[in-house]
Amino acid sequence: MTALLQTQNLTLAFGGLVVANGIDFSLDEGERLAVIGQNGAGKTTFINICTGLLKPNEGSVRFAGDDITGHSPRSIVRRGMARSFQLPQLFLEHSVRECLQLAAVARQANLSSWKRLVSSSPDQEIDRMLDLISLRDRQHELCINLPEGQRKLLDVGMSLMLNPRLLILDEPTSGVSTEEKHGVMEILMRALDEQKVTAIFVEHDVDIVKRYATRVAAWINGAIAADGSPASVLADPTVKREVLGI
Amino acid sequence: MMRSLMIAVICVAAVLGLALAFPWLKLPLILGLCYGLAALGIVVLLRAGQISFGHAMYACIAGYVVAFLGQRYPWLDGLLLIAAGTVASVLASMLIGAFVVRYREIFFGMLNLALSMVLFTVLGKFYNLTGGTDGLRINRPELLGFQLERAPFELSLLVLVLAISLLVIFGVQRFFESSGGQALAAIKTNETRLEYLGISARKVLWKGYVLSASLCGLSGSLFGLSQGLVTPEMGYWLRSGEFVFIAILGGAGHAIGAFVGALLYEFLKMYAAALVSGSWQLVLGVILIVIIYFLPKGLTGLLRKRKAAIGGGL
Repeated sequence: MTALLQTQNLTLAFGGLVVANGIDFSLDEGERLAVIGQNGAGKTTFINICTGLLKPNEGSVRFAGDDITGHSPRSIVRRGMARSFQLPQLFLEHSVRECLQLAAVARQANLSSWKRLVSSSPDQEIDRMLDLISLRDRQHELCINLPEGQRKLLDVGMSLMLNPRLLILDEPTSGVSTEEKHGVMEILMRALDEQKVTAIFVEHDVDIVKRYATRVAAWINGAIAADGSPASVLADPTVKREVLGI
Repeated sequence: MMRSLMIAVICVAAVLGLALAFPWLKLPLILGLCYGLAALGIVVLLRAGQISFGHAMYACIAGYVVAFLGQRYPWLDGLLLIAAGTVASVLASMLIGAFVVRYREIFFGMLNLALSMVLFTVLGKFYNLTGGTDGLRINRPELLGFQLERAPFELSLLVLVLAISLLVIFGVQRFFESSGGQALAAIKTNETRLEYLGISARKVLWKGYVLSASLCGLSGSLFGLSQGLVTPEMGYWLRSGEFVFIAILGGAGHAIGAFVGALLYEFLKMYAAALVSGSWQLVLGVILIVIIYFLPKGLTGLLRKRKAAIGGGL
């Protein structure tokens, strides 16, 4: 079976600083991978290369068997790989519903200069997504007025509206209060399950990793130091010392 | 819909009533509406968070095309001249836009300014072709096959500009509410997300830029016909600044704002020049400061506030 996402010898350096050091990686459909590592270990760089924000110096990225190395974010999204961001990327002067409507129209590649946005997007689907991310009661609120946790949910909701095969979540619980973290993750995982989306999420919270990941990859100095089941990776002495600090 | 129609009918009746009651008002009203069309072009860009200090160049291009064609083919109908001028500005903006939409904010604004100043200089220097700083005269053309004297020509032109303005307000407002228009507005707050939805921000902005320039071009064609003269001043940066002033005065909330702003501007300018002839710019400057301070979303922002207070939407 072809891996959904595969990288070979992925290398990137900024001057003398190597941020991706020959990464060989593979992800199968249906997996839920947690990426862990200290700040500066290269986790977001890896995501940025896979999603087209950065171009590697060497190596390749394949998605569903196709070489997407150096492709634009737009082209990668259209192939079925979506992402959310550590700092939620929303249209702050649009309402929650309008953001989802724009995402739905984008998926259909159906931008019109005449047809109203409200009648271009499927209402039922928007309502379903609003329910899924628990934002139905705030659908007419401008995004700028949302608290961080709800911004994160909307950021993911917009990506899910694209019906991706793979969703990469960059620190979905950063900036969210400790009490809210599990609530946010529960909503996100329910949405991912319902849409049958394979997911990679960067996470610092070990409890969340243990609870929601089916596989963990630990990043140290731009390379994967350990990769496997959550129990085995979190018990790895190098990971404990270098990543978890215990 | 009925309400919008009612407002449109009232506006048309008011403008035509004023023009018939005070014939000297015909020209200021035509000019005000022409400024409104151009300012609406600026509003299109403002919605994407961009500003151009050079869009008068598209009005100027259109004006000169009307003049060239009017001189060379005097039998051409006024409507054809207007269409030709607008098409010329659209073509120019398609080319220039492909280059300038790579830049944002101040770089976008200054590049447009620079290009408009290049055009201004070229028009001033090529005397044999462009008439230099004296410009080119536009003889009064036929309108729908009728050769009219000055007064009926101006009245016909007012009716035409009014009809075009209403169509443009309806069409552009519809564009603002469309998915393409909303994507354009999304550039203002988050271009990255737009790209990660699979939408090309550059392409969206390019389309907005062409629309914006076409409105300025339309304005330039009508302005040229109403004045009977085009000069390089039409493309000077001060003219672009006036369009920006009006766009800020009217606000970007609704397409009608540009026209409200333009008519207000035209009359403010007229009365300020009459009352304080040496320092009318000072009056406008103070008004701009007051608007920015108290009404950052312009006059349409005021309307929206009022609508929100009574529980309606604009």
